[in-house]
Amino acid sequence: MIFQKDIETLPRKEIEAIQLERLKWVVKYCYDNVPLYHQRLTDCGVLDGAKIKQLSDIEYIPFTTKDDFRDNYPFGLVAADMKDIVRIHASSGTTGKPTTGVYTKEDLDIWSDCVARVACAGGVTPDDIIQISFGYGLFTGALGLHYGMEKLGATVIPASSGNTQKQLMMLRDWGVTGIVATPSYALYLSEAMKEAGYPLSDYSLRLGILGSEPCTVSMREQIENNFNIRVSDNYGMTELGGPGVSGDCEARDGMHFAEDHFLPEIIDTDTGKRLGEGEVGELVVTTLTRKGMPVLRYRTKDITKLDYQPCSCGRTHCRMAKTMGRTDDMLIIKGVNVFPTQIENILINIPDIAPHYMLYITRKNYRDSLEIKVEVINEALLDNYQMLDGLKKRIEAKLQSILGLRTKVTLVAPKTLERFQGKAKRIVDLRNQ
Amino acid sequence: MAIKQLSIFVENREGTLVTVTDAIAKAGVDIRAMSVADTNDFGIFRLIVTDIAKAKQALDDANAFVSVTEVVGVAVQDEPGALAKVVKILADNNINIEYMYAFITVSKQFAYVVLRVEDNAAAEKILTEHGITLVTEEDMAKL
Repeated sequence: MIFQKDIETLPRKEIEAIQLERLKWVVKYCYDNVPLYHQRLTDCGVLDGAKIKQLSDIEYIPFTTKDDFRDNYPFGLVAADMKDIVRIHASSGTTGKPTTGVYTKEDLDIWSDCVARVACAGGVTPDDIIQISFGYGLFTGALGLHYGMEKLGATVIPASSGNTQKQLMMLRDWGVTGIVATPSYALYLSEAMKEAGYPLSDYSLRLGILGSEPCTVSMREQIENNFNIRVSDNYGMTELGGPGVSGDCEARDGMHFAEDHFLPEIIDTDTGKRLGEGEVGELVVTTLTRKGMPVLRYRTKDITKLDYQPCSCGRTHCRMAKTMGRTDDMLIIKGVNVFPTQIENILINIPDIAPHYMLYITRKNYRDSLEIKVEVINEALLDNYQMLDGLKKRIEAKLQSILGLRTKVTLVAPKTLERFQGKAKRIVDLRNQ
Repeated sequence: MAIKQLSIFVENREGTLVTVTDAIAKAGVDIRAMSVADTNDFGIFRLIVTDIAKAKQALDDANAFVSVTEVVGVAVQDEPGALAKVVKILADNNINIEYMYAFITVSKQFAYVVLRVEDNAAAEKILTEHGITLVTEEDMAKL
């Protein structure tokens, strides 16, 4: 089934016509309503869009970056009147300040359409009962999927995350047919389900829509086998409004981009030059219809490629390959975005330790954990255990308050961590080993 | 009067104690008393040695993380109740013991106790007043 068949199967020419018309609109809208864009569009000569004659003319427009979101925190990039804003979401940012996502009523409606498309492509029907085991809150994932599923007509259980036994009880007793979760939580639940000992036939589960952190193929297969379900992947981020930007169809040969709402480009990360179809580079996205917080040429830092060939599923919107990495060192731990620079900023301001550290990320029982090794340098602390232990706990508390993530801090002796010449390699990610 | 103690940070992994003890051995310094306390991640290795300066230098050279602190050394008769008497004196005078460790020597007449309290001078004064024999650094070196 295709949720918005008339739109999702449009011939390429028509998609491009819609995109050009909407690109012109969003450029003018940004020029008129967002000071940052007004300045940049003036500087590059695009002004209110007069210079945009064809889609490729987008290259005249400068990129928007994560720093722009930070510098304009919280509402500097909002284009609509605040009285028309009906929702604010946020994700963790690079400096402790979150990145905000701001929506008008119309934005929420379009967002729900996009998520409903992704859900539908992933096999969800109005007959399904969907348990959403993402953590509800500022995070775009839970409410995004929630509204999209409802729009599609499925039955939504806003389970939120945690309380494994209750999750299993609902899965079993309420005849849940689909689960929404992070891949690591889905895997954890599937293992807990096995341990609970009820036969698979006690459950009606048939599909999973996973997201918010990368899922390797082997992990996906393991989840599919444990639950005996079919899993689909999707893509999105707070800066672009959350999930629903692209998602797997039954062919599972790339995630269909919602091209009538988002204009994707692939660029060379170093030169910023636009790359051709099928070439691997950084994904850059322009929102074509958002009113609350429109974004021009956002550098996602995700490495992927785009395929414009028609898909066997019938959809004509281009397909984005599973992300192959990132251009920065952002880590996703338990679904939380973590930048090593955030950790560095915290550690540097703690006097009893050296400004050297190592991060170790491991996965045990499908749960990520982050260990941070730091060198204790204040000799006076050696006299007394409580002082050393207190230092460790202080660092852990500080990290948790900024990152929103429980970490384990290990104190080591001075000068024992590796010193790097050139680019430091402070991150050891052992999750896929 | 107080005696000097080495506190060495040791990570909980194989070989860290070897590095530390080896450095002291190579410096030709004798260990008189020691204690190790640990958590899951790290331990503090405490030592009384015959030549603190030499040992500290050797440990620094071996990149060990070490500090020198002062503790109170007490000689007690090597017989039942001797230690109880010492700790009771301190307790009666509201002096808290943060940690302590003991050792005996071949002489068998005395056992030695190393005490870490907040105020060394006060503890020494009280103990002396109660007729308890304190040990100096020189005494320790001669044992």
